[in-house]
Amino acid sequence: MENKTLYTIIVHSENIAGILNQITAVFTRRQLNIESLNVSASSIKGVHKYTITCWTTPDIIEKVVRQIEKKLDVIQAHYFTDKEIFLREVAMYKLETPKLEANAEVSKVIRRYSAHIVEVNQVFAIVEMTGMSADITSLYEELKALNCVLQFVRSGRIAVSTSCFERVNEYLAHRQERYEKGK
Amino acid sequence: MEKQQITGAEAMMRSLEHEGVKTLFGYPGGAIMPVYDVLYDHRDRLNHILVRHEQGAAHAAQGFARVSGEVGVCLVTSGPGATNTITGIADAMIDSTPIVVIAGQVSAGLLGTDAFQEVDLVGVTQPISKWSYQIRRAEDVAWAVARAFYVARSGRPGPVVLDFAKNAQIGMCDYEPVNLDFIRSYDPDPETDPRAVGEAVALINEARKPLVLVGQGVELGNAQEELKAFVEKADIPCGCTLLGLSALPSDHRLNKGMLGMHGNLGPNVKTNECDVLIAVGMRFDDRVTGKLETYAKQAKVIHLDIDPSEIGKNVPVDVPILGNCKRTLSLLTELIQKHEHTEWIDSFKQYEEKEYNQVIRPEVFPGEGPINMGEVVNAVSEATRHEAVLVTDVGQNQMMACRYFKHTKNRSVITSGGMGTMGFCLPAAIGATFGAPHRTVCAFMGDGGLQMTIQELGTVMEQKAPVKIVLMNNNYLGNVRQWQAMFFRHRYSFTPMMNPDYRQIASAYGIGYRRVMEREELQDGIREMLETEGAFLLEVCVVEEGNVLPMTPPGGSVNYMMLNLDC
Repeated sequence: MENKTLYTIIVHSENIAGILNQITAVFTRRQLNIESLNVSASSIKGVHKYTITCWTTPDIIEKVVRQIEKKLDVIQAHYFTDKEIFLREVAMYKLETPKLEANAEVSKVIRRYSAHIVEVNQVFAIVEMTGMSADITSLYEELKALNCVLQFVRSGRIAVSTSCFERVNEYLAHRQERYEKGK
Repeated sequence: MEKQQITGAEAMMRSLEHEGVKTLFGYPGGAIMPVYDVLYDHRDRLNHILVRHEQGAAHAAQGFARVSGEVGVCLVTSGPGATNTITGIADAMIDSTPIVVIAGQVSAGLLGTDAFQEVDLVGVTQPISKWSYQIRRAEDVAWAVARAFYVARSGRPGPVVLDFAKNAQIGMCDYEPVNLDFIRSYDPDPETDPRAVGEAVALINEARKPLVLVGQGVELGNAQEELKAFVEKADIPCGCTLLGLSALPSDHRLNKGMLGMHGNLGPNVKTNECDVLIAVGMRFDDRVTGKLETYAKQAKVIHLDIDPSEIGKNVPVDVPILGNCKRTLSLLTELIQKHEHTEWIDSFKQYEEKEYNQVIRPEVFPGEGPINMGEVVNAVSEATRHEAVLVTDVGQNQMMACRYFKHTKNRSVITSGGMGTMGFCLPAAIGATFGAPHRTVCAFMGDGGLQMTIQELGTVMEQKAPVKIVLMNNNYLGNVRQWQAMFFRHRYSFTPMMNPDYRQIASAYGIGYRRVMEREELQDGIREMLETEGAFLLEVCVVEEGNVLPMTPPGGSVNYMMLNLDC
């Protein structure tokens, strides 16, 4: 098997129904599994941002990103390796309050991971953690070993590039300028 | 004064007229009736061609667009009417043909309820169209139509689908014509990197054995003259893709013929000998490249294309030149030095002679035995002084027609290249007669393909569409039979086919007909077909087990072509 890398693809598109479908179809056609997916409004009005992770080869990721960018309402698509981005995930752990209180080890583990308890009642407590994927998994494994986890959920990855400029803003301004000039 | 409100259906008609549409191909049905009702009042300005099946409407729109360079339009109803156009939409997508399909849809309030004749058309067509959009309000009609035509015709052209909900057809709106020529997320003519141009110029100037691959992009970009100027200044031999065949006249001294599996020996062999390969508006389809691992490995590759996603998709590219090739070819021509590559160009001759002696002469001038397909094509091409529009179906008829029909005029090849859609020919030819009313349209098809969309003979009859149908009948699904003979031990699994009496069929539709069984009648049959006013069906009974040669076997290297079935 070829050497695969976990790539993070950041896509900006117009906020129009059906775009997600078009983006995921590019992965489906090539039989690629999406590892995680986050969709939300971006800092630019009317523009949505997609953060997608996927294991694949350098050759394929290049072609996938070009085919995503070809979609009419997609503004830009870029891909990054983990070294080129600052990334985070969020996770929530729902724990049994009696066990949390009875076993001091539980609180110690939570503190060691810099996680926070955000809600406590008689039945359950909710712990929230923001961090890297591996740490989130590892906290889960430790809490599970202490037999106190009722539920566990984690978000997809979100990421910002480590370059100093905002590509989408510049691109849109450039497009507008070229259009005005061509008139 | 308050503006008079009009219905969405009326707004659709006015928007189409605003886009310059004069011809549309369609078929009415329940969910598009309000539009057809309004069309009745516009029939003096909008010529509606009633087809016999919606697939025919889509292919006719394609034929119209390919020959004229304008956007082909079809109008169909929801559900099955819409899904019947899907083959045509997918075909237009892969062959970059600008069409707009307007389909009826159930009222917005019924969407998602599995209503009668409801289908998720936007969902179904998203992967096979350049843009698909659902119009749910009458006031969106003018904008959606303007955007649809802009998207279909600009950049790399393609099909656009407008899914027109019934409530939007009958709803009232103010109408104001919309002109649209900018979408911020869509760049129809990407910027050309001047550094890349410099690198390309250096490569071309230093090349000793350059080769140009001419694709349909040259025709789509109206860059035929720019191409000629470029290759003449640099003195570079050219191979044309199936869809690029008429971008350069067949008899141009630098046109070395067709690329690909059944193309000419010279340009295929030379692809693996050239030092610089300049691809213009083509996409390195597997039928052109053969085995990628051995394709042009020795060459530096320069790729001119308007679509960034084509760069490096199949073949690694050393120098990508993005942008409309009309612009980028001129840029290169201006900067390159004048050159002569006499020795290199002469080196094609031995392959031309070899192919002529071993393949072309026996195919086109057999002298005895049954009539060959290549013989028919060559005779029709000569009888039309190589000026006709060639429309083909798919299979042996297509390869033979494209190999032996010659072209002196641009936009003269209409064939289903990427999709390989059998049944494409007859409706596409009908569309072509409307797109180029003053040209002769010759439609070459096999007995398989004709029967796939034979119902469109009704359209030919009603419209008096002057399609010159050349039916090369071999009683087989010939291309599959050839592969069965070559790769499946002659096991002719369901390729022999029983045919109807085409004389009676032509007669039932009131279409002129003649059957040619002997070589001596061929010229006279062609003369009768061309002299007869209007449509004509010339059935030529050709050799039953004829083979298309030469051939690069599937998965083989581009420079290896079989000249007969034994090697």
